[in-house]
Amino acid sequence: MDSLKKTPLYDTHVKLGGKMVDFGGWALPVQYSSILEEHKAVRERAGLFDVSHMGEIFVEGKDAFSFLQHMVTNDLTSMTENRCRYSPMCYENGGTVDDILVYKFSDTRYLLVVNASNTDKDYEWLVKNSAGFDVKLENQSASWAQLALQGPKFMEVLNKLNVEGEIPAKNYTFNPEIKLNSVPCLVSRTGYTGEDGVEIYCKAEYGERIHEMLMEAGKDIGMLPCGLGARDTLRFEASMPLYGHEITADITPKEAGLGFAIKLNKEEFIGKEALMEEPKRVRIGLKLIDKGIAREHYDVYVGDKLVGFTTSGGIAPTVGGNLAMALVCTCVKDEQIFEIEVRNKRLKAEKVALPFYKR
Amino acid sequence: MTPTDRKYTKEHEWLLIEGNTVKIGITDHAQEALGEIVFVELPGVGDEFEIGDSFATVESVKAASSIYTAAKGKVIEINEKLDAEPEAINQDAYANYLVVMEFSEIDESQLMSAAEYDEFVKSEE
Repeated sequence: MDSLKKTPLYDTHVKLGGKMVDFGGWALPVQYSSILEEHKAVRERAGLFDVSHMGEIFVEGKDAFSFLQHMVTNDLTSMTENRCRYSPMCYENGGTVDDILVYKFSDTRYLLVVNASNTDKDYEWLVKNSAGFDVKLENQSASWAQLALQGPKFMEVLNKLNVEGEIPAKNYTFNPEIKLNSVPCLVSRTGYTGEDGVEIYCKAEYGERIHEMLMEAGKDIGMLPCGLGARDTLRFEASMPLYGHEITADITPKEAGLGFAIKLNKEEFIGKEALMEEPKRVRIGLKLIDKGIAREHYDVYVGDKLVGFTTSGGIAPTVGGNLAMALVCTCVKDEQIFEIEVRNKRLKAEKVALPFYKR
Repeated sequence: MTPTDRKYTKEHEWLLIEGNTVKIGITDHAQEALGEIVFVELPGVGDEFEIGDSFATVESVKAASSIYTAAKGKVIEINEKLDAEPEAINQDAYANYLVVMEFSEIDESQLMSAAEYDEFVKSEE
Protein backbone atom coordinates (compact mmCIF):
# COMPACT_ATOMS: atom_id res chain seq x y z
CA MET A 1 0.00 0.00 0.00
CA ASP A 2 2.89 2.35 0.68
CA SER A 3 3.89 2.53 -2.96
CA LEU A 4 0.39 3.62 -4.01
CA LYS A 5 -0.65 7.16 -4.76
CA LYS A 6 -2.89 8.74 -2.16
CA THR A 7 -5.71 11.20 -2.69
CA PRO A 8 -5.97 14.22 -0.35
CA LEU A 9 -8.66 12.22 1.49
CA TYR A 10 -6.57 9.18 2.35
CA ASP A 11 -6.63 9.84 6.09
CA THR A 12 -10.39 10.38 5.99
CA HIS A 13 -10.89 6.97 4.38
CA VAL A 14 -8.77 5.24 6.99
CA LYS A 15 -10.57 7.07 9.79
CA LEU A 16 -13.97 6.04 8.39
CA GLY A 17 -12.94 2.39 8.16
CA GLY A 18 -12.59 2.26 4.38
CA LYS A 19 -11.31 -1.03 3.02
CA MET A 20 -8.35 0.27 1.04
CA VAL A 21 -7.39 -1.39 -2.21
CA ASP A 22 -5.04 -0.76 -5.11
CA PHE A 23 -7.16 0.89 -7.78
CA GLY A 24 -4.96 1.50 -10.81
CA GLY A 25 -2.11 2.61 -8.60
CA TRP A 26 -4.26 4.61 -6.19
CA ALA A 27 -5.04 3.65 -2.61
CA LEU A 28 -8.82 4.04 -2.48
CA PRO A 29 -11.64 2.49 -0.47
CA VAL A 30 -13.56 -0.25 -2.28
CA GLN A 31 -16.17 0.06 0.47
CA TYR A 32 -16.68 1.36 4.01
CA SER A 33 -19.62 -0.65 5.28
CA SER A 34 -20.96 -2.76 2.42
CA ILE A 35 -21.10 -2.27 -1.33
CA LEU A 36 -24.78 -3.21 -1.39
CA GLU A 37 -25.69 -0.85 1.47
CA GLU A 38 -23.76 1.98 -0.12
CA HIS A 39 -25.40 1.30 -3.48
CA LYS A 40 -28.80 1.43 -1.85
CA ALA A 41 -27.99 4.65 0.00
CA VAL A 42 -27.24 6.39 -3.30
CA ARG A 43 -30.40 5.11 -4.99
CA GLU A 44 -32.66 6.01 -2.07
CA ARG A 45 -30.94 8.79 -0.11
CA ALA A 46 -27.42 10.02 -0.83
CA GLY A 47 -23.83 8.87 -0.88
CA LEU A 48 -20.49 10.65 -0.85
CA PHE A 49 -17.56 9.47 -2.97
CA ASP A 50 -13.94 10.58 -3.11
CA VAL A 51 -13.08 10.77 -6.78
CA SER A 52 -9.97 12.89 -6.37
CA HIS A 53 -8.01 10.40 -8.44
CA MET A 54 -9.74 11.76 -11.56
CA GLY A 55 -7.51 14.00 -13.66
CA GLU A 56 -7.94 17.76 -14.20
CA ILE A 57 -6.34 19.23 -17.29
CA PHE A 58 -6.78 22.95 -17.99
CA VAL A 59 -6.75 24.26 -21.55
CA GLU A 60 -6.13 27.98 -21.93
CA GLY A 61 -5.40 30.25 -24.84
CA LYS A 62 -6.74 32.02 -27.88
CA ASP A 63 -7.32 28.74 -29.73
CA ALA A 64 -8.74 26.73 -26.82
CA PHE A 65 -12.12 26.29 -28.49
CA SER A 66 -10.84 25.28 -31.93
CA PHE A 67 -8.24 23.01 -30.36
CA LEU A 68 -10.86 21.14 -28.35
CA GLN A 69 -13.18 20.92 -31.35
CA HIS A 70 -10.28 19.17 -33.09
CA MET A 71 -9.68 16.81 -30.15
CA VAL A 72 -13.14 15.62 -29.10
CA THR A 73 -15.98 13.94 -30.99
CA ASN A 74 -18.80 16.01 -29.49
CA ASP A 75 -19.56 19.53 -30.69
CA LEU A 76 -18.74 22.31 -28.24
CA THR A 77 -20.13 25.11 -30.42
CA SER A 78 -23.40 25.54 -28.56
CA MET A 79 -21.77 25.48 -25.12
CA THR A 80 -22.21 28.63 -23.14
CA GLU A 81 -20.09 29.53 -20.13
CA ASN A 82 -20.46 27.36 -17.03
CA ARG A 83 -21.65 24.35 -18.96
CA CYS A 84 -20.23 20.82 -19.04
CA ARG A 85 -20.29 18.45 -21.96
CA TYR A 86 -19.51 14.76 -22.09
CA SER A 87 -17.36 13.62 -24.99
CA PRO A 88 -15.23 10.76 -26.16
CA MET A 89 -11.77 11.60 -27.46
CA CYS A 90 -10.54 9.31 -30.25
CA TYR A 91 -7.51 8.16 -32.16
CA GLU A 92 -7.41 8.51 -35.94
CA ASN A 93 -8.67 4.93 -36.27
CA GLY A 94 -11.72 5.70 -34.12
CA GLY A 95 -10.45 3.80 -31.07
CA THR A 96 -11.10 5.64 -27.82
CA VAL A 97 -8.36 7.60 -26.04
CA ASP A 98 -10.71 8.41 -23.17
CA ASP A 99 -14.15 9.73 -22.36
CA ILE A 100 -14.03 13.08 -20.67
CA LEU A 101 -16.08 15.95 -19.28
CA VAL A 102 -15.38 19.36 -20.79
CA TYR A 103 -16.07 22.37 -18.52
CA LYS A 104 -16.27 25.73 -20.21
CA PHE A 105 -15.25 28.85 -18.30
CA SER A 106 -14.88 30.96 -21.44
CA ASP A 107 -13.95 30.61 -25.11
CA THR A 108 -10.33 30.72 -24.03
CA ARG A 109 -10.44 28.62 -20.88
CA TYR A 110 -11.69 25.06 -20.37
CA LEU A 111 -11.21 22.28 -17.87
CA LEU A 112 -11.09 18.64 -18.95
CA VAL A 113 -11.91 16.04 -16.34
CA VAL A 114 -10.42 12.73 -17.38
CA ASN A 115 -10.21 9.18 -16.10
CA ALA A 116 -7.55 8.70 -13.45
CA SER A 117 -5.64 5.95 -15.19
CA ASN A 118 -5.65 7.93 -18.44
CA THR A 119 -4.50 11.27 -17.09
CA ASP A 120 -0.87 11.10 -18.23
CA LYS A 121 -1.76 9.46 -21.53
CA ASP A 122 -4.45 12.08 -22.25
CA TYR A 123 -2.17 14.94 -21.33
CA GLU A 124 0.53 13.66 -23.68
CA TRP A 125 -2.03 13.06 -26.43
CA LEU A 126 -3.34 16.60 -26.06
CA VAL A 127 0.14 18.11 -26.05
CA LYS A 128 1.18 16.07 -29.07
CA ASN A 129 -1.81 17.32 -31.05
CA SER A 130 -1.60 20.94 -29.94
CA ALA A 131 1.07 21.95 -32.47
CA GLY A 132 -0.17 24.95 -34.42
CA PHE A 133 -2.77 25.90 -31.80
CA ASP A 134 -2.26 28.82 -29.45
CA VAL A 135 -3.07 26.91 -26.25
CA LYS A 136 -1.44 26.19 -22.94
CA LEU A 137 -2.13 22.80 -21.34
CA GLU A 138 -1.72 22.25 -17.66
CA ASN A 139 -2.20 19.00 -15.78
CA GLN A 140 -3.34 20.19 -12.36
CA SER A 141 -4.61 16.80 -11.16
CA ALA A 142 -2.46 16.72 -8.05
CA SER A 143 -3.75 20.10 -6.83
CA TRP A 144 -7.43 19.20 -6.82
CA ALA A 145 -9.73 17.14 -4.66
CA GLN A 146 -13.00 15.94 -6.18
CA LEU A 147 -16.01 14.64 -4.30
CA ALA A 148 -19.21 13.23 -5.78
CA LEU A 149 -22.39 13.74 -3.77
CA GLN A 150 -25.03 11.58 -5.41
CA GLY A 151 -28.58 10.50 -4.68
CA PRO A 152 -32.11 11.91 -4.59
CA LYS A 153 -31.54 13.76 -1.31
CA PHE A 154 -28.28 15.44 -2.30
CA MET A 155 -29.83 18.91 -2.25
CA GLU A 156 -31.02 18.52 1.34
CA VAL A 157 -27.42 17.85 2.28
CA LEU A 158 -26.05 20.85 0.39
CA ASN A 159 -28.70 23.19 1.73
CA LYS A 160 -27.29 22.71 5.22
CA LEU A 161 -24.11 24.39 4.06
CA ASN A 162 -25.63 27.81 3.32
CA VAL A 163 -25.67 27.51 -0.45
CA GLU A 164 -29.38 27.70 -1.12
CA GLY A 165 -30.00 28.98 -4.62
CA GLU A 166 -26.39 28.72 -5.69
CA ILE A 167 -26.33 25.09 -6.75
CA PRO A 168 -26.65 24.79 -10.53
CA ALA A 169 -30.25 23.91 -11.35
CA LYS A 170 -29.69 22.26 -14.70
CA ASN A 171 -27.90 19.05 -15.45
CA TYR A 172 -24.48 19.57 -17.00
CA THR A 173 -24.06 23.10 -15.73
CA PHE A 174 -21.73 24.32 -13.01
CA ASN A 175 -21.04 27.17 -10.65
CA PRO A 176 -17.31 27.88 -10.45
CA GLU A 177 -17.47 29.97 -7.31
CA ILE A 178 -19.49 28.41 -4.57
CA LYS A 179 -18.60 28.65 -0.93
CA LEU A 180 -19.55 25.62 1.11
CA ASN A 181 -19.50 27.14 4.60
CA SER A 182 -16.93 29.61 3.27
CA VAL A 183 -14.71 26.98 1.62
CA PRO A 184 -14.36 27.86 -2.09
CA CYS A 185 -15.17 25.21 -4.66
CA LEU A 186 -16.65 24.48 -8.07
CA VAL A 187 -19.90 22.53 -8.11
CA SER A 188 -21.29 20.85 -11.21
CA ARG A 189 -24.59 19.07 -11.70
CA THR A 190 -22.95 15.89 -12.95
CA GLY A 191 -22.30 12.35 -11.80
CA TYR A 192 -21.65 8.73 -12.62
CA THR A 193 -24.31 6.82 -10.71
CA GLY A 194 -27.55 7.24 -12.64
CA GLU A 195 -28.88 9.46 -9.84
CA ASP A 196 -29.23 13.20 -9.51
CA GLY A 197 -26.35 14.86 -7.73
CA VAL A 198 -23.28 17.03 -7.94
CA GLU A 199 -19.55 16.79 -8.24
CA ILE A 200 -17.52 19.16 -6.12
CA TYR A 201 -14.00 20.31 -6.96
CA CYS A 202 -11.80 22.11 -4.48
CA LYS A 203 -8.16 22.71 -3.76
CA ALA A 204 -6.54 19.54 -2.42
CA GLU A 205 -6.00 21.05 1.02
CA TYR A 206 -9.75 21.67 1.48
CA GLY A 207 -10.81 18.15 0.49
CA GLU A 208 -10.97 16.64 3.95
CA ARG A 209 -12.78 19.65 5.36
CA ILE A 210 -15.48 19.52 2.71
CA HIS A 211 -15.86 15.78 3.14
CA GLU A 212 -16.28 16.22 6.86
CA MET A 213 -18.81 19.04 6.45
CA LEU A 214 -20.85 17.02 3.98
CA MET A 215 -20.78 13.90 6.16
CA GLU A 216 -22.07 15.96 9.07
CA ALA A 217 -24.72 17.61 6.88
CA GLY A 218 -25.83 14.22 5.53
CA LYS A 219 -26.24 12.53 8.90
CA ASP A 220 -29.98 13.18 9.26
CA ILE A 221 -30.90 11.73 5.91
CA GLY A 222 -28.73 8.65 6.32
CA MET A 223 -26.11 9.55 3.77
CA LEU A 224 -23.21 7.08 3.60
CA PRO A 225 -19.61 7.45 2.54
CA CYS A 226 -19.30 5.24 -0.52
CA GLY A 227 -16.41 3.41 -2.08
CA LEU A 228 -15.42 2.39 -5.57
CA GLY A 229 -17.36 -0.87 -5.32
CA ALA A 230 -20.68 0.94 -5.20
CA ARG A 231 -19.48 3.47 -7.77
CA ASP A 232 -19.02 0.56 -10.16
CA THR A 233 -22.31 -1.23 -9.42
CA LEU A 234 -24.17 2.09 -9.74
CA ARG A 235 -22.61 3.09 -13.05
CA PHE A 236 -22.96 -0.49 -14.34
CA GLU A 237 -26.65 -0.60 -13.53
CA ALA A 238 -27.10 2.82 -15.17
CA SER A 239 -25.16 1.32 -18.11
CA MET A 240 -22.64 4.14 -18.23
CA PRO A 241 -19.49 3.18 -20.07
CA LEU A 242 -16.27 2.71 -18.13
CA TYR A 243 -12.97 3.25 -19.89
CA GLY A 244 -11.06 -0.01 -20.19
CA HIS A 245 -14.35 -1.93 -20.35
CA GLU A 246 -17.05 -0.60 -22.68
CA ILE A 247 -14.60 1.71 -24.45
CA THR A 248 -10.89 1.12 -25.08
CA ALA A 249 -8.26 1.93 -27.70
CA ASP A 250 -9.79 -1.00 -29.61
CA ILE A 251 -13.45 -0.08 -29.18
CA THR A 252 -14.88 3.02 -30.84
CA PRO A 253 -17.45 5.15 -29.01
CA LYS A 254 -19.84 4.42 -31.87
CA GLU A 255 -19.65 0.69 -31.18
CA ALA A 256 -20.19 1.43 -27.49
CA GLY A 257 -23.45 3.21 -28.30
CA LEU A 258 -22.19 6.73 -27.63
CA GLY A 259 -23.37 8.10 -30.98
CA PHE A 260 -25.16 10.94 -29.17
CA ALA A 261 -21.71 12.36 -28.36
CA ILE A 262 -20.22 11.96 -31.84
CA LYS A 263 -21.07 14.86 -34.12
CA LEU A 264 -20.18 13.82 -37.65
CA ASN A 265 -21.55 17.07 -39.07
CA LYS A 266 -18.72 18.87 -37.32
CA GLU A 267 -16.16 20.03 -39.89
CA GLU A 268 -13.21 18.12 -38.54
CA PHE A 269 -11.99 16.16 -35.51
CA ILE A 270 -9.53 13.37 -34.87
CA GLY A 271 -11.13 10.05 -35.76
CA LYS A 272 -13.98 11.51 -37.82
CA GLU A 273 -13.27 9.51 -40.97
CA ALA A 274 -13.08 6.22 -39.12
CA LEU A 275 -16.27 7.01 -37.23
CA MET A 276 -18.20 7.70 -40.45
CA GLU A 277 -18.07 4.00 -41.24
CA GLU A 278 -20.88 1.76 -40.06
CA PRO A 279 -19.75 -0.05 -36.90
CA LYS A 280 -19.31 -3.82 -37.04
CA ARG A 281 -20.05 -4.30 -33.37
CA VAL A 282 -22.71 -3.02 -31.02
CA ARG A 283 -23.07 -2.79 -27.24
CA ILE A 284 -26.03 -4.73 -25.86
CA GLY A 285 -27.45 -5.59 -22.46
CA LEU A 286 -27.85 -9.20 -21.36
CA LYS A 287 -29.66 -10.78 -18.44
CA LEU A 288 -28.69 -14.26 -17.35
CA ILE A 289 -31.45 -16.82 -17.44
CA ASP A 290 -29.27 -19.65 -16.15
CA LYS A 291 -27.78 -19.40 -12.70
CA GLY A 292 -24.41 -17.70 -12.57
CA ILE A 293 -22.62 -14.40 -12.87
CA ALA A 294 -20.93 -13.11 -16.00
CA ARG A 295 -17.92 -10.86 -15.49
CA GLU A 296 -16.00 -8.91 -18.09
CA HIS A 297 -14.25 -10.61 -21.00
CA TYR A 298 -16.38 -13.72 -21.15
CA ASP A 299 -17.14 -15.02 -24.64
CA VAL A 300 -20.65 -14.52 -25.98
CA TYR A 301 -22.29 -16.96 -28.40
CA VAL A 302 -25.39 -17.30 -30.51
CA GLY A 303 -25.75 -21.02 -30.98
CA ASP A 304 -22.27 -22.29 -31.81
CA LYS A 305 -21.07 -18.99 -33.18
CA LEU A 306 -18.76 -16.77 -31.16
CA VAL A 307 -20.27 -13.30 -31.60
CA GLY A 308 -18.52 -11.13 -29.04
CA PHE A 309 -17.56 -10.70 -25.41
CA THR A 310 -18.84 -9.16 -22.21
CA THR A 311 -17.39 -5.77 -21.22
CA SER A 312 -18.80 -5.56 -17.67
CA GLY A 313 -20.97 -7.89 -15.66
CA GLY A 314 -22.27 -8.64 -12.23
CA ILE A 315 -25.27 -8.36 -10.00
CA ALA A 316 -27.64 -5.45 -10.40
CA PRO A 317 -28.56 -4.54 -6.82
CA THR A 318 -31.52 -2.24 -7.59
CA VAL A 319 -33.10 -3.75 -10.69
CA GLY A 320 -32.22 -7.30 -9.67
CA GLY A 321 -30.73 -10.19 -11.57
CA ASN A 322 -27.33 -10.97 -12.97
CA LEU A 323 -26.60 -8.68 -15.89
CA ALA A 324 -23.85 -8.00 -18.37
CA MET A 325 -23.02 -5.54 -21.08
CA ALA A 326 -21.49 -7.10 -24.17
CA LEU A 327 -19.94 -6.00 -27.42
CA VAL A 328 -21.31 -8.23 -30.17
CA CYS A 329 -21.33 -8.42 -33.95
CA THR A 330 -24.05 -6.22 -35.46
CA CYS A 331 -25.02 -9.33 -37.43
CA VAL A 332 -26.74 -10.68 -34.27
CA LYS A 333 -28.30 -7.42 -33.09
CA ASP A 334 -31.81 -8.78 -33.59
CA GLU A 335 -31.22 -12.01 -31.66
CA GLN A 336 -32.95 -12.35 -28.30
CA ILE A 337 -31.18 -15.35 -26.79
CA PHE A 338 -27.43 -15.46 -26.27
CA GLU A 339 -25.04 -17.71 -24.38
CA ILE A 340 -22.21 -16.50 -22.19
CA GLU A 341 -19.32 -18.84 -21.48
CA VAL A 342 -18.67 -18.85 -17.75
CA ARG A 343 -15.79 -21.14 -16.75
CA ASN A 344 -16.28 -23.54 -19.68
CA LYS A 345 -20.05 -23.63 -19.25
CA ARG A 346 -22.45 -21.88 -21.57
CA LEU A 347 -25.09 -19.98 -19.65
CA LYS A 348 -28.22 -18.77 -21.34
CA ALA A 349 -28.92 -15.04 -21.35
CA GLU A 350 -31.60 -12.86 -22.90
CA LYS A 351 -31.12 -9.47 -24.43
CA VAL A 352 -32.51 -6.59 -22.36
CA ALA A 353 -32.66 -2.89 -23.11
CA LEU A 354 -29.96 -0.47 -22.02
CA PRO A 355 -29.81 1.31 -19.66
CA PHE A 356 -30.66 -1.40 -17.14
CA TYR A 357 -31.66 1.31 -14.69
CA LYS A 358 -33.12 4.73 -15.24
CA ARG A 359 -34.29 7.02 -12.48
CA MET B 1 -10.90 -16.70 16.74
CA THR B 2 -9.54 -19.11 14.16
CA PRO B 3 -10.83 -22.60 15.07
CA THR B 4 -8.08 -24.96 16.19
CA ASP B 5 -9.90 -28.15 15.15
CA ARG B 6 -8.89 -27.79 11.48
CA LYS B 7 -6.07 -27.06 9.04
CA TYR B 8 -5.52 -24.11 6.72
CA THR B 9 -4.03 -23.42 3.28
CA LYS B 10 -2.14 -20.45 1.91
CA GLU B 11 -5.10 -19.91 -0.44
CA HIS B 12 -7.27 -19.26 2.64
CA GLU B 13 -9.28 -22.48 2.69
CA TRP B 14 -9.92 -24.55 5.79
CA LEU B 15 -10.03 -28.37 5.96
CA LEU B 16 -11.74 -30.26 8.73
CA ILE B 17 -10.58 -33.87 8.57
CA GLU B 18 -12.81 -36.57 10.05
CA GLY B 19 -11.66 -40.12 9.29
CA ASN B 20 -11.46 -40.45 5.53
CA THR B 21 -13.65 -37.44 4.83
CA VAL B 22 -12.77 -33.76 4.77
CA LYS B 23 -14.99 -30.73 4.98
CA ILE B 24 -13.68 -27.75 3.02
CA GLY B 25 -14.58 -24.10 3.38
CA ILE B 26 -13.02 -20.64 3.14
CA THR B 27 -11.58 -18.74 6.07
CA ASP B 28 -12.98 -15.70 7.79
CA HIS B 29 -10.08 -13.69 6.39
CA ALA B 30 -11.05 -14.85 2.89
CA GLN B 31 -14.71 -13.85 3.25
CA GLU B 32 -13.66 -10.51 4.69
CA ALA B 33 -11.34 -9.88 1.76
CA LEU B 34 -13.95 -10.95 -0.80
CA GLY B 35 -16.74 -8.81 0.61
CA GLU B 36 -20.41 -9.60 0.16
CA ILE B 37 -20.77 -13.05 -1.35
CA VAL B 38 -23.62 -13.24 -3.85
CA PHE B 39 -23.13 -16.61 -5.56
CA VAL B 40 -21.36 -19.89 -4.88
CA GLU B 41 -20.78 -22.36 -7.68
CA LEU B 42 -20.28 -25.83 -6.26
CA PRO B 43 -19.24 -29.07 -7.97
CA GLY B 44 -21.58 -32.01 -8.36
CA VAL B 45 -21.72 -34.89 -5.93
CA GLY B 46 -19.46 -37.59 -7.34
CA ASP B 47 -17.04 -35.17 -9.02
CA GLU B 48 -13.40 -36.09 -8.46
CA PHE B 49 -10.50 -33.70 -7.91
CA GLU B 50 -6.72 -33.79 -7.67
CA ILE B 51 -4.72 -31.80 -5.13
CA GLY B 52 -4.55 -28.19 -6.31
CA ASP B 53 -7.64 -28.37 -8.53
CA SER B 54 -10.17 -25.57 -8.43
CA PHE B 55 -13.42 -27.22 -7.30
CA ALA B 56 -15.69 -24.26 -6.60
CA THR B 57 -16.06 -20.56 -7.30
CA VAL B 58 -17.15 -17.98 -4.77
CA GLU B 59 -18.47 -14.77 -6.28
CA SER B 60 -18.66 -11.53 -4.38
CA VAL B 61 -20.20 -8.30 -5.64
CA LYS B 62 -16.79 -7.38 -7.02
CA ALA B 63 -15.19 -10.56 -8.32
CA ALA B 64 -15.12 -14.31 -8.82
CA SER B 65 -12.60 -16.33 -6.80
CA SER B 66 -11.57 -19.90 -7.42
CA ILE B 67 -11.42 -22.24 -4.45
CA TYR B 68 -8.79 -25.00 -4.50
CA THR B 69 -8.65 -28.36 -2.84
CA ALA B 70 -5.66 -29.54 -0.83
CA ALA B 71 -7.15 -33.05 -0.86
CA LYS B 72 -7.46 -35.60 -3.64
CA GLY B 73 -10.80 -37.32 -3.65
CA LYS B 74 -14.48 -37.42 -4.51
CA VAL B 75 -17.23 -35.01 -3.51
CA ILE B 76 -19.82 -36.82 -1.38
CA GLU B 77 -21.82 -33.83 -0.18
CA ILE B 78 -22.30 -30.20 -1.11
CA ASN B 79 -23.68 -27.43 1.10
CA GLU B 80 -26.95 -26.83 -0.70
CA LYS B 81 -27.95 -24.07 1.67
CA LEU B 82 -25.42 -21.80 -0.08
CA ASP B 83 -27.54 -21.85 -3.20
CA ALA B 84 -30.19 -19.68 -1.56
CA GLU B 85 -27.99 -18.08 1.11
CA PRO B 86 -24.49 -17.49 -0.22
CA GLU B 87 -24.12 -14.69 2.33
CA ALA B 88 -24.08 -17.30 5.10
CA ILE B 89 -20.33 -17.53 4.46
CA ASN B 90 -19.97 -13.85 5.33
CA GLN B 91 -21.91 -14.41 8.53
CA ASP B 92 -19.88 -17.44 9.65
CA ALA B 93 -17.19 -18.76 7.36
CA TYR B 94 -16.26 -21.63 9.67
CA ALA B 95 -19.79 -22.96 10.14
CA ASN B 96 -20.60 -22.90 6.44
CA TYR B 97 -18.55 -25.44 4.52
CA LEU B 98 -18.62 -25.75 0.74
CA VAL B 99 -18.25 -29.50 0.23
CA VAL B 100 -17.43 -32.75 1.97
CA MET B 101 -14.97 -34.97 0.15
CA GLU B 102 -13.97 -38.57 0.64
CA PHE B 103 -10.24 -38.29 0.22
CA SER B 104 -7.47 -40.65 -0.78
CA GLU B 105 -4.63 -38.23 -0.22
CA ILE B 106 -3.93 -34.95 1.58
CA ASP B 107 -0.62 -33.13 1.38
CA GLU B 108 -0.32 -32.26 5.06
CA SER B 109 3.08 -30.64 4.59
CA GLN B 110 1.30 -27.76 2.84
CA LEU B 111 -1.25 -27.22 5.61
CA MET B 112 -1.04 -24.86 8.56
CA SER B 113 -2.38 -24.96 12.10
CA ALA B 114 -4.69 -22.15 13.26
CA ALA B 115 -1.78 -20.32 14.93
CA GLU B 116 0.42 -20.72 11.87
CA TYR B 117 -2.39 -19.48 9.64
CA ASP B 118 -2.95 -16.39 11.80
CA GLU B 119 0.77 -15.62 11.50
CA PHE B 120 0.57 -16.16 7.76
CA VAL B 121 -2.35 -13.74 7.40
CA LYS B 122 -0.45 -11.14 9.41
CA SER B 123 2.63 -11.55 7.23
CA GLU B 124 0.54 -11.03 4.09
CA GLU B 125 -0.81 -7.69 5.21
